[in-house]
Amino acid sequence: MSSIADMTISPRDAERYEEKDFGFWLYLMSDAVIFACLFATYLVMVGNAAGGPTPKDVFELDRAAAETALLLLSSTTFGIAAVALSAGERGKVLMWLAITFVLGAGFIFLEIGEFRGMIAEGAGPDRSGFLSAFFTLVGTHGFHVSVGLVWILVMIGQVFVKGLTAPVASRLMRLGLFWHFLDIIWVVIFSVVYLPGLM
Amino acid sequence: MDIFGRLTIESLPFYSAVAASGAAVTVLGGLAVAGAITYFGAWRMVMTQWVSSVDHKKIGIMYIMLALVMLVRGFVDAAMMRSQQAIAYNSDGYLPPDHFDQIFSSHGTIMIFFMAMPFLSGLANLIVPQQIGSRDVAFPFMNSVSLWLTTAGAGLMLLSLVIGKFSTAGWTGYPPYSGVEYTPGVGVDYWLWMVFIAGFGTTMTGINFLVTILKNRAPGMTMFRLPLFTWTIFVTSVLIIFAFPALTVATGMLILDRNFGFHFFTNAMGGNMMNYINLFWLWGHPEVYILILPAFGVFSEVVSVFSQKRLFGYVSLVCATMAIGLLSFTVWLHHFFTMGSSARVNSFFGTMTTIISVPTGVKVFDWLLTMYRGRIIFKPPMLFTIGFLVTFVIGGLSGVLLALPPIDYLMHNTTFLVAHFHNMIIPGVLFGYLAGYMYWFPKAFGFKLNEKWGTRAFWCWIIGFYLAFMPLYVLGLLGMPRRMEHYDIAAWQPHLIVAWVGAFIIMLGMICLGVQLVVSIRDRKEALDLTGDPWNGRSLEWATSSPAAPYNFAVLPKVEAREAWWDMKQRGVAYERPKEYEDIVMPKNTYVGFVIGIAGFVFGFAMIWWMWWLALLSLAVIVGGIIFRASDDDDEFVMTASEVKAIEDERFAQLAKAPKNEMADEPGFAGEPAAEPAI
Repeated sequence: MSSIADMTISPRDAERYEEKDFGFWLYLMSDAVIFACLFATYLVMVGNAAGGPTPKDVFELDRAAAETALLLLSSTTFGIAAVALSAGERGKVLMWLAITFVLGAGFIFLEIGEFRGMIAEGAGPDRSGFLSAFFTLVGTHGFHVSVGLVWILVMIGQVFVKGLTAPVASRLMRLGLFWHFLDIIWVVIFSVVYLPGLM
Repeated sequence: MDIFGRLTIESLPFYSAVAASGAAVTVLGGLAVAGAITYFGAWRMVMTQWVSSVDHKKIGIMYIMLALVMLVRGFVDAAMMRSQQAIAYNSDGYLPPDHFDQIFSSHGTIMIFFMAMPFLSGLANLIVPQQIGSRDVAFPFMNSVSLWLTTAGAGLMLLSLVIGKFSTAGWTGYPPYSGVEYTPGVGVDYWLWMVFIAGFGTTMTGINFLVTILKNRAPGMTMFRLPLFTWTIFVTSVLIIFAFPALTVATGMLILDRNFGFHFFTNAMGGNMMNYINLFWLWGHPEVYILILPAFGVFSEVVSVFSQKRLFGYVSLVCATMAIGLLSFTVWLHHFFTMGSSARVNSFFGTMTTIISVPTGVKVFDWLLTMYRGRIIFKPPMLFTIGFLVTFVIGGLSGVLLALPPIDYLMHNTTFLVAHFHNMIIPGVLFGYLAGYMYWFPKAFGFKLNEKWGTRAFWCWIIGFYLAFMPLYVLGLLGMPRRMEHYDIAAWQPHLIVAWVGAFIIMLGMICLGVQLVVSIRDRKEALDLTGDPWNGRSLEWATSSPAAPYNFAVLPKVEAREAWWDMKQRGVAYERPKEYEDIVMPKNTYVGFVIGIAGFVFGFAMIWWMWWLALLSLAVIVGGIIFRASDDDDEFVMTASEVKAIEDERFAQLAKAPKNEMADEPGFAGEPAAEPAI
């Protein structure tokens, strides 16, 4: 965090932030194992359509592509917010965080639309093992993104009220880790769930 | 929708005298504790100094208190099962099947999740920061959240005795039986939610200790100078971080199946119940080592201190610990050889299971060689260690038998298996934790536990253990399946009666533990630990006062050798008084962790009983608590140098009064380490 302009941090605080960052990495590793189990389950169950809809019947490439675009773009805008943070430009940090939020919310909006559409067509999670696994995997990712959205709102509030203080900057750093992590998970979802399903 | 969800007045346990009396004991026990706190006017003290505490030592003590309470509850379950089976030859006994099934389910759940896990977290909290020369864990607030989430899970366990029924699906909850089709009602949901909620607390504990051990060590405390107990907590933390997600996923999916009509593990509609068993044991086998490695750590400390000798084969013990950690992820399938994997798959896992016994064997030899030519002092922790060594080897050998798939096909689901894993877990885990409890009790409270009653507890436990479990090996060979509520084979009954006698003797052991605590508190003035080093210890936790000051070390120790405290005593720099003290930054106490725990408990209860509004409300409290805490930048305070000096002055005044070493009176006390044996 020493790269942040005009900010003096005591060695003890610097150490504390480093510990928190490291602890957060460990949490992400643990979360990655959760997703690994969900991916494994999905791959085991993708063929278990139980006479109901198969991946080909329910996935829409356009919507999945739009979701991907929104989420990847939001990672870029978060990156710009992080650059603004290290330059100490509070207004820009707020603006790019807000844009990131809008893009993330757009992703969630599309995903909820996708889920609602599938349930309305009788392809809900209670239809078959395949659909249970699909809704749980993609839904868990969507839940994480929603948590990230709440976190972005909280951080917008903190930047607004407290300014770019050292603890706020340290939290933004971990929010960044979280947000980019979700992006990576989505890339895997797109390649393991949507693309093979539509090929 | 009804605001009480599916909770009705029929959920209260008035349908059976046994169930009602269990509920009554739980409720009266809770009232008695509350009454005692009120009688002593201690509510303010309990709330401000304990419930809101983020001090790792107090959190550790609370964890161990929870573990001991749950040990009693889990033991009562065991005694009820042994009594039922002793009389149930051609008879219904006194427990109906439905009730018997709840008891074996709750016994396993309690002993693993709410006795062993809190005991492990408690010992780690109490000791690890002091052993590495740190002032606290890396994340003191998160530590408090972990404690209260674990307590929330244990609270749901106790509540299930009063409102509704518990699961009848065993502690592993295998579908399809545990699915809603075959087991409707709240029992399995109780089990799922308590495991799910406590699991979050445990995962956070794992992260906390890994960061603490890697980042908070005192100057000079390199990894290969860490005491063995800290090493085992290190490896256990890694296992927790990687294994617990699998449990979260398995229980989460079963929750979705049962409550929201998903088809992960159902018979029809494309479910795959074998996936549950894989996910569960993907956590479950590492879990065995999560529990047993810290106990190995305790044995390593105890065996060296009470043999008055350097630990034999430190590096090999560390390597064996890490090897076990790695291999523990490669053996999970041996829990279900009979599921029907191919012979090739089974033989791979059978081979790995045989291999994992090698590092454990290395450890046993290291402990034996530490004792060899040592001057052994037979204090209760050492008795438990020796009892463990002998008994554990028997359990290990029966495990090697079960590791062979053809033999496992014959033994699967018999009492031979029950005997095997109790033979691992009682000496391996429980004896270890009890040894740790007696060994570190003076560090926590400033006085020693009564040795006479500790010795009695040991002899009751070990004799009771052999009587209770050796017959189960024989019964397994006679073909008795586990979890039998009644039976019609006369040849089984004598063995079951012997096992019942064993359970009775273990009960005497439990009573001795209780008496030991009471007597020790009564006579504490005669067993005060004034030096902070009652056993002539070797690692840094014995450098602090007993109980340690809130900051542990007024000046962080400079470590120059593997047995840091022993080395300081040898060099004559132990108890050296620093010229001046400095300000120490300390974390502030907070109620947020407690509030999150309470809300977690209410959330679990609401989800079990389908009170959706209450679930949303408690979830909002949790989220609010986290946001509140994450926005609070004023979570520390400064203890000034003069305050530190006042505490340290008192400590040194006490040291001046104390005999230099309280162990000097012991027969066989060496005062210096015996020479390393030539082998």
